[in-house]
Amino acid sequence: MVHERVMEKLAILADAAKYDVSCSSSQSTRKNQNKGLGDTGNGICHAYTEDGRCVSLLKILLTNHCIFDCAYCVSRKSNDIKRAAFTVQEVVDLTIGFYRRNYIEGLFLSSGIFDNADFTMERLVRIVKKLRLEENFNGYIHLKAIPGASEELLKEAGLYADRLSVNVEMPTEKSLKLLAPDKNHKDVIQPMQYLKNEIVGYKEEKKSNYKAPLFAPAGQSTQMVIGATQENDLEILGMANYFYDTMQMKRVYYSGYVPISYDNRLPAIGTPVPMIRENRLYQADWLMRFYGFNVNEIVGFDQPNLDLDIDPKLGWALRNLHQFPVDINTADLELILRIPGIGVLSAKKIVAARKFKKLQAADLQKLGIAYSRSKYFLAFASPFQLQKDLTSAQIKEHILNFQKSKYQNNFSNQLALF
Amino acid sequence: MTQIIYDGSYEGWLTAVFEIYEYKIKDVAFAKDENSNALLFSNTHFVTTDNAKADRVLNGLQKRLSNSGFSNLYYAFLSEMNQIEEILFQYVQYVLASPINIEQDFSNNNVLNVQKATHLTGRESHRMKAFVRFKLTKDNLYYAIVEPDCNVLPLIENHFKNRYADQRWLIYDAKRKYGIYYDLENVSTVEIQFDANSSSSKFLAEISDDNEEFFQSLWRNYFKSVNIESRKNTKLHIQHMPKRYWKNLTEKIPDLKSRK
Repeated sequence: MVHERVMEKLAILADAAKYDVSCSSSQSTRKNQNKGLGDTGNGICHAYTEDGRCVSLLKILLTNHCIFDCAYCVSRKSNDIKRAAFTVQEVVDLTIGFYRRNYIEGLFLSSGIFDNADFTMERLVRIVKKLRLEENFNGYIHLKAIPGASEELLKEAGLYADRLSVNVEMPTEKSLKLLAPDKNHKDVIQPMQYLKNEIVGYKEEKKSNYKAPLFAPAGQSTQMVIGATQENDLEILGMANYFYDTMQMKRVYYSGYVPISYDNRLPAIGTPVPMIRENRLYQADWLMRFYGFNVNEIVGFDQPNLDLDIDPKLGWALRNLHQFPVDINTADLELILRIPGIGVLSAKKIVAARKFKKLQAADLQKLGIAYSRSKYFLAFASPFQLQKDLTSAQIKEHILNFQKSKYQNNFSNQLALF
Repeated sequence: MTQIIYDGSYEGWLTAVFEIYEYKIKDVAFAKDENSNALLFSNTHFVTTDNAKADRVLNGLQKRLSNSGFSNLYYAFLSEMNQIEEILFQYVQYVLASPINIEQDFSNNNVLNVQKATHLTGRESHRMKAFVRFKLTKDNLYYAIVEPDCNVLPLIENHFKNRYADQRWLIYDAKRKYGIYYDLENVSTVEIQFDANSSSSKFLAEISDDNEEFFQSLWRNYFKSVNIESRKNTKLHIQHMPKRYWKNLTEKIPDLKSRK
């Protein structure tokens, strides 16, 4: 049974795992079997930390002992911190105990590398197997695929986990070499490639044979650390685009670097976490996945970084004023999705609602769009022609003056400096 | 104006709709049994719930709405939003009067209001799937107390039944004084009386499983450990976990030891 010393281990190993930002528990198709425990669905955030992030899974490391010395990682070999390791049974008991109380959707299990990759991966797989086979646990499991682990082990992991992830960590090989001399991109890309092929293969098989086993039904994801090194947003989003296109990733996560080291290759402790940039990257990511934007439309060689003071869709619109105004009563959904201030849901609502009557400005406001931003880009038969002759710079100024950005303080500080 | 007095149930309200049409009552206001101000109105009409009448209204609506539009009505009713009966009645009039399905006429106020109510219940039901915190008793019952804004227990029943198929559980709505109980086979509605000392720490210690307090501490400990101090964002935290839910959230209640 769970013992008192687990308390301390949990504090250490949850603390060490929290810089992995993925908390998704959706997109799996696993269902409760034989009146066992748990199922998966659309994903639920059971709690939110005081920094406002979702707590969906029990996110822990099996151990924070590690043979690697990656500068950006809190568990790096040379870091003088408390080390701990769970036993297989402890992780199983914690997961089941938390799940039965409805604290969590399942388990997110990662680990420092002890001994070697296969040895670590074998331990992770053993835990997942035990949960599935002995406890009849059907909740969500996100497992780290350890770079360098054998394909047999990765395959077994896929047969029991819902999602697998290998973190690329650094957007470019150059940064990885600088901060994690023991690693290279190839070690990371290889397992991704293998998993992609297996996921596609099993999915295909499932179509013709419903009894075929699930293989990582919630797909794979990865994570990049942002702001620890010098990459621009073009490089970061270009890499993300590669993961979505070529690796068919479900998600790419961007983790604003939290300074944890006095290493002079990295931002000093006390440097603020680049939260605005992280937020803009997620917005750009959404534009690529849900709004039909091509990465080249969001960032380019002439514009390698996202604007911090406005969202990337507004940025695109201001650079492409010739595409506006758009008449929401006649335009295709694809075009409406490109209007700043209109989200996917609102765009669909507009297309549905305009079948009943010609929509006016007042109707749009009722539908819940950010009208103060979108009005500069809309064409109504009457009477909203007055915005027509504004330049990009003027529109931007109007919008920034009107909206109370949660980041406003950051910008006024920056302006005061110059 | 005629006041329509019904028993507060969905079937009761549907019966009322039927009778408003049957007796061609104009200009209606709804009231539930217990809080009717009959004296304020010159006319009152008492409705006795009649499943046959309710079904006929449901059938009529089902023909004119999509499956989701149809179930959204029930969601909206459970929202218990102010004047939800009137809002729904106006919507139903619009649905029945129109030759085509109008549920996506989002710029229409009747549609918009019902959609708001549906959304409210949907969000609350999702929240309860998230915020239920089971505690284990000595006789192996997992129980939780909730106080949702909307009457969502009927909507979350299946979720918990499918998920916790191998444990007995009880979810009690302290606001509406009823609960749902799963006995490893079926879910049933139960009414329980709690006396004043049922929330005292002595009572809780007596009924709780030996490991219960430890697991709660583990969870609080975990919740604290995953927070990143340098990213603190209290506004966002409270937006996602509004304070009114805190008293039933284990991670937001101090340990037994440090409680007074």
